[in-house]
Amino acid sequence: MSKPLKQIHLAAHFPGVNNTTVWSDPAAGSHIEFSSFVHFAQTAERAKFDFLFLAEGLRLREQGGTIYDLDVVGRPDTFTVLAALAAVTDRLGLTGTINSTFNEPYEVARQFASLDHLSGGRSAWNVVTSWDAFTGENFRRGGFLPQEERYSRAEEFLATAHELFDSWRGDEILADQATGTFLRDAGAGSFAHRGQHFDIHGRFNVPRSPQGRPVIFQAGDSEEGREFAASGADAIFSRYATLKEGQAFYTDVKSRLAKYGRRPDQLLILPAATFVLGDTDQEAAELAREVRRQQVSGATAIKHLEFVWNRDLSGYDPEGPLPEVDPLVGEEHISRGRAQVRMYRDPIAIAREWRQLAEANKWSIRDLVINTGNRQTFVGSPATVAQTIDDFVQADASDGFILVPHITPGGLDPFADKVVPLLQERGVFRTEYEGTTLRDHLGLAHPDAGAAPSRRAAS
Amino acid sequence: MSPTPASHLHLAVALDGTGWHPASWREPVARPHDLFTAGYWAGLVAEAERGLIDFVTIEDGLGPQSAHPLDPDERTDQVRGRLDAVLVASRVAPLTRHIGLVPTVVATHTEPFHVSKAIATLDHVSTGRAGLRVQVSGRPDEAAHFGRRTLGRIDAYDSPAARDLVAELFDEAADHVEVVRRLWDSWEDDAEIRDAATGRFIDRDKLHYIDFEGRFFHVKGPSITPRPPQGQPLVTALAHQTLPYRLVARQADVGYVTPHDVAQARAIVAEIRAEQQTAGRAGDTLHVFGDLVVFLDDSEEAARARRDRLDALAGEPYTSDARIFTGTAGELADLLEDWAAGGLTGFRLRPAVAGHDLPRISRDLVPELQRRGRFREAYEAGTLRGLLGLARPANRYAAA
Repeated sequence: MSKPLKQIHLAAHFPGVNNTTVWSDPAAGSHIEFSSFVHFAQTAERAKFDFLFLAEGLRLREQGGTIYDLDVVGRPDTFTVLAALAAVTDRLGLTGTINSTFNEPYEVARQFASLDHLSGGRSAWNVVTSWDAFTGENFRRGGFLPQEERYSRAEEFLATAHELFDSWRGDEILADQATGTFLRDAGAGSFAHRGQHFDIHGRFNVPRSPQGRPVIFQAGDSEEGREFAASGADAIFSRYATLKEGQAFYTDVKSRLAKYGRRPDQLLILPAATFVLGDTDQEAAELAREVRRQQVSGATAIKHLEFVWNRDLSGYDPEGPLPEVDPLVGEEHISRGRAQVRMYRDPIAIAREWRQLAEANKWSIRDLVINTGNRQTFVGSPATVAQTIDDFVQADASDGFILVPHITPGGLDPFADKVVPLLQERGVFRTEYEGTTLRDHLGLAHPDAGAAPSRRAAS
Repeated sequence: MSPTPASHLHLAVALDGTGWHPASWREPVARPHDLFTAGYWAGLVAEAERGLIDFVTIEDGLGPQSAHPLDPDERTDQVRGRLDAVLVASRVAPLTRHIGLVPTVVATHTEPFHVSKAIATLDHVSTGRAGLRVQVSGRPDEAAHFGRRTLGRIDAYDSPAARDLVAELFDEAADHVEVVRRLWDSWEDDAEIRDAATGRFIDRDKLHYIDFEGRFFHVKGPSITPRPPQGQPLVTALAHQTLPYRLVARQADVGYVTPHDVAQARAIVAEIRAEQQTAGRAGDTLHVFGDLVVFLDDSEEAARARRDRLDALAGEPYTSDARIFTGTAGELADLLEDWAAGGLTGFRLRPAVAGHDLPRISRDLVPELQRRGRFREAYEAGTLRGLLGLARPANRYAAA
């Protein structure tokens, strides 16, 4: 094999507010106490992971007009908890999901620049968009943004944030106590942006941070999302964790880079992945089935069926057959605040298909949801999982994974203890951090690298 | 946990860059090159915690510092630039154990939903030591950083236009704080039930829509963040006149005021207490702290000489909204005791030079007050509210 081995990138996603996270397990701890975040982050750092990842949602989900109560509910403010985690870790990257619809560039740019300073260059921003009036009800402007403008706002938001990050070159602070010159340049931080979504000007008040700008992640999968990522993101948080789908996505996105003058290694593709480990493959498979049953209680199964049926199915027995009534197709959806429901484009057809599947396999509602829902990405012994991950990355289906354990906060521990050493033995995962910043870990250049000398070093 | 004796004073320290004197960064102890590092802030807060200080406040703003009250300046001889105060507080929280952390939050341009969950999270990461200092911004340059509203220019502070603007900004800030507080209560303490039998993680009857509808915004709720350990983190505000006194009386747990002598202190406290009565909060503990800029040395001459030297470096005498104290720790203790007799329950000290005057507070002033029986010998409570003698409040939405 002439091709050199690719180094794998690994990240840890703090278990989220969905049914992947098993809160009913005796090992499941608090989702809000800081000690859980410390445990999780320190495990990731002990295992030399690239970064920790936090998702975000700005309104509690509802179904049938009431707050959805079957999953973990409640999470901390992203920036604030990441800043605190910077104090209990030394090298681990800190990636936060921050919405470009219900924020303003000046504030978000100063929060990321501050986080980057306070973490010594370990910040990353997963840029997401939303437009729904439902979430907007928690904010001053309400649901102000038409759906079709969400990517144009996100793009302009990110471009504006970059103008703010770049408004300081990095050499302005002289702080010469003898001469009394603090700033070399009276105009440090000056910016002016006029566009469709933002018309702002003035002076940015956070000096240039260690990474120059945070590492930028993109998470959407639409055509616009892929293009947005290719034009300027450093990494994609994708959902294609099967070999074939992964390769197709990988090829598609990497091929879009050339037209923006970028090389394939300037955009990393990191799918989300779940895992179940056992001493043997068979034991892991049994455990995985158990975890799926924990993830899909009878009550959860009914609620998940409602995503497709879009009507109240609370009268149905989860251990019984699927409803004969057809899904309700309409504008108003029974579930609000959940991106997943948009995946069901033709509910009538899905219902028909599921009824057939259930009949053929003699599945109850709960069996069907267990078997059609998201299975774990990696199930097996540590050796099997290490090999699968390595094969996947070497076959260009991804550049690594963002692992989503199902137990808070200890769910990452077995992976750190048993799989990471095997990847290290294979020579595809670091045994020590080589650099200090997240850009170092990800092999991404500092934004100033290669910039014109006049820009990098004045006087 | 023993209650704080009534004779004890409360002390807060206001952190702002290298200190409150504009030339403070030029002092050998100032470390201006470290200003944008976590270690710098961790060091200052550790020093304050060593002195058993109730809490630190951290200044902030949504634009660069300026010597001009309303416009940006082009000065290069003073510190410009700062880190987000909430994130500084959070970065320091895991490194400290007792001291309260009270970052500044600008109500004028921020979302109360974001602010509420940020301070709730600061309270979670510090296990009950968070607060906020709410501030308004009437600066046109800061409004232009957001581009969402235009603020009229104030040419004279006492003009009708200025009064209208200030009234509007404070009304909005009051609504902002109201939303922040309601969101903190939007989860009852026992909302998380983890009931395996029914598969329910939360009891949704214990989560509440806040349904705030005001002149400036509407907010639905509930928060995405569970109720913080203190229930209600500390709300504080600096006030110089009637409108802000009213905000303090209605919404705050601690107000900072700027009397220049004990008579003024007495008059301000009386005005705030009257407003507190009007607001129906007569039974609530509301602290009124006097703000002072301090130059502390072994002799008054040394302190004065240092102040003169810094003024010379700055090219002009330092002025402040607060009284500027120049002298020894013993003399400052005398002044604090005198003013406390006027009704102030504590003080927020602004070190002129952080690297010099903060250690003087923690190592000279605090022992002096301890000798006089006026300050704690050890941290007596596990939360910031506890240190200030504030009970953990009942949830406004919980059934009695």
